[in-house]
Amino acid sequence: MEDLLIKLALAGIVYFGVLNLAGLHTWVERKQSALIQDRIGANRASIFGFTFLGLFHSIADALKMFTKEDIVPTGANRVLHTLAPMFSVFFALAAFAAIPFGPALEVGERTIELQVAKIDVALLYVFAMLSVGVYGVILAGFASSNNYAILGGLRATAQMISYEIALGISVVGLLMVYETMDLGELVRAQGQTIAGGWIPFWGIVAQPVAFIIFVTAALAETKRTPFDLPEGESEIIGYFVEYSGMKFGMFFLTDFLETIMVAALATTLFFGGWQVPYLQPEGFHFPWGAELPVANWLYVLLGVMSFTFKVLAFCWLFMQVRWTLPRFRYDQLMKLGWKGLFPIAVINVVVTAVLLLLFGEGS
Amino acid sequence: MDTTSTPDHEHAFETRDMLLNIGPAHPAMHGIIRIIAELDGELIESADVEIGYLHRAFEKMSENVDYNGVIPYTDRLNYVSPLINNMGYCMAVEKLLGITVPERCHYVRVILSEISRITDHLTCIGAVSMELGAFTVFLYMIKAREFLWDLVEKVTGARLTVTYCRVGGVKADLPDDFRAPCEKAFEETRKVIKEADALLTRNRIFVDRMCGTGVITKEEAIAYGITGPFLRSTGSEYDVRKDCPYAVYDQIDFDVPVGSKGDNMDRYLVRLEEMEQSMRIVEIALSQMPDGPVLVNPETGRPIPASEMVDLGKLGEISTISGGCAVTAPSLEGSGRGAHPFIATDEKRAFLPPKEDTYGSIEGLMRQFKLVMHGHGVRPPVGEVYFPVEGANGELGFYVVSDGSGRAYRVRVRPPCFAIMSVLSKLLVGGSLADMTPTFGSVNMIGGELDR
Repeated sequence: MEDLLIKLALAGIVYFGVLNLAGLHTWVERKQSALIQDRIGANRASIFGFTFLGLFHSIADALKMFTKEDIVPTGANRVLHTLAPMFSVFFALAAFAAIPFGPALEVGERTIELQVAKIDVALLYVFAMLSVGVYGVILAGFASSNNYAILGGLRATAQMISYEIALGISVVGLLMVYETMDLGELVRAQGQTIAGGWIPFWGIVAQPVAFIIFVTAALAETKRTPFDLPEGESEIIGYFVEYSGMKFGMFFLTDFLETIMVAALATTLFFGGWQVPYLQPEGFHFPWGAELPVANWLYVLLGVMSFTFKVLAFCWLFMQVRWTLPRFRYDQLMKLGWKGLFPIAVINVVVTAVLLLLFGEGS
Repeated sequence: MDTTSTPDHEHAFETRDMLLNIGPAHPAMHGIIRIIAELDGELIESADVEIGYLHRAFEKMSENVDYNGVIPYTDRLNYVSPLINNMGYCMAVEKLLGITVPERCHYVRVILSEISRITDHLTCIGAVSMELGAFTVFLYMIKAREFLWDLVEKVTGARLTVTYCRVGGVKADLPDDFRAPCEKAFEETRKVIKEADALLTRNRIFVDRMCGTGVITKEEAIAYGITGPFLRSTGSEYDVRKDCPYAVYDQIDFDVPVGSKGDNMDRYLVRLEEMEQSMRIVEIALSQMPDGPVLVNPETGRPIPASEMVDLGKLGEISTISGGCAVTAPSLEGSGRGAHPFIATDEKRAFLPPKEDTYGSIEGLMRQFKLVMHGHGVRPPVGEVYFPVEGANGELGFYVVSDGSGRAYRVRVRPPCFAIMSVLSKLLVGGSLADMTPTFGSVNMIGGELDR
């Protein structure tokens, strides 16, 4: 019973945080793009004359989405049309369950892992959820009874399949180095240091090539510019062309959720998750020999803050990319995926394997 | 068993092309073009381009107003560079009348058309990059265009519908302090162009999307009657400003950039370089042009605002006016005696008199009356002329027929993007659906000019 309550509380914290961050993302997108483009950005919505830098626009957006008319076009499959956005949002949210967002918290005798679901093959689970999420897009395309939407759905299918392979292979090297698929263990393993304690042994240090492939492929998974082909607003308008109201809002939300998901994954896999440099469970161990003991609650707090900070930094980076680059063309995207990322990812795995065999602990 | 009824192997997997209606309510079609495309996957098998959604009967309207009354309509042809249209039409009517305008007027027209050309190219490149997903570049371009439109506003008093040229001159002289803001605006524009150049020309995604798409050969382009940057991207050097110089273009040293491949990338690069050349033309013109009038000349008397002059004239106090000097803002009508000889022809049958004369003397009033009243106006002799200018999209020609009355018998426009649109379906077929956006964008289709 107590376990259940703890899990519920954890789930509540994670989803409260994620959904709010996604809501906030609409504001970040507006403001950050405005900064890039020499504009002022959202600053109109106000409550009692206070605008708070346009933060209320997120609320105004949500209100608008909920109150707009929901239209199902004639000839569309009503059930699938309604199901599609729910599919998208559900699986995007479900993936967050496996992300560890802080070190184990000790309360009395009990140790609480700050992770909603402790899954042995968490990495597979996350990838599975991301893959299933694309069904929402495909269904939306096919259920809308609109040629543009079908084109969007088709593009999404091809894009997701191509990039998931590169995505999957890019982390194989990582699994070989850290020898675990459990994301909690993976993060703990990244707590080691190398080079006499100067450099934390994070995923990016162990697998720099894989990191680049992973981030590129993961960006393609989020379906945002430069990989926004399923949407391609000036070409095919997008798979959600026949959606309105909150159903459209759900697709919109999924976009942001996936961005956050990818940021969280990149953090977990390559940037040490909640690890703070030089911070061990008992305290700071600086490479020059200094030590600073840290209580468990502070350790956990620093870990959660570190994780949040890294995720936000990645979100910022992705936003910057989104507002800088133009869109790929379909065949160029495929070329990049199959002829660029995929072979490099495979070579990376082979090189990693050889190096591990020659210099690894097992040899 | 009848073997003929077994399905043929080819027909076992029968596929059909998808018929896709693109536009007019499609974001890339500017709301005024419809393309009915047959798609095989993403490949365009056939494309039927339909135009005419912005038809306003410009040519018919031109037959129903006097010669100067057409000028506001020309603003609405290529509404991204209206000053070039103004100039083209006015020069056509001037040719019909057989009059020449003062040199300074030519320079003023050239300066403003080159500024318009830059705004047009900025819009075109910005729109292409926006449709390719680089929204940021679009806004940078629009920012630069804003600096230039500030200049246009300073001179003409309006931003979009400028109606600045007149048959036989221009509405008003350049403002006194034009050179400094012009230099500043160009500085900002150059900065933006450099920034956009860095964001696009050296961006692999952008280059990949532009190179080798929408290719047209030189012969094909000429056969279709294509002119302007679209033709020059194929390697042909035809430019009306060089090959058939008008105004003072023969006295200005500038280069005509040409491409070699005739694809979208070349068209983009040609436009990018033409903006630099246009700025060069403006700078040379500003340094070469003959000096204008001293606006408030103490000898001609005290300055009177033009609006006040109207009231004085109504009261019959013409002695005050004839000894005064009209002060006109660019947004106001007409020009005073100070600027008049520099910017307008001295032909009494074509151009309105200075404000001082209109309100201050009976001859001036009669001249004004003869030009503006119904049944009078500018009356070119019977005849027909064709006058081409280099518009932002290519050769913009005006063919005007006069029957000797106060209205044109026929006005025909040769819109540059009409010829380009006729080859569009050919360019689209065989390409992917995604190539449609950059190709269509590089046409720089301007509905007002295309459909008239």
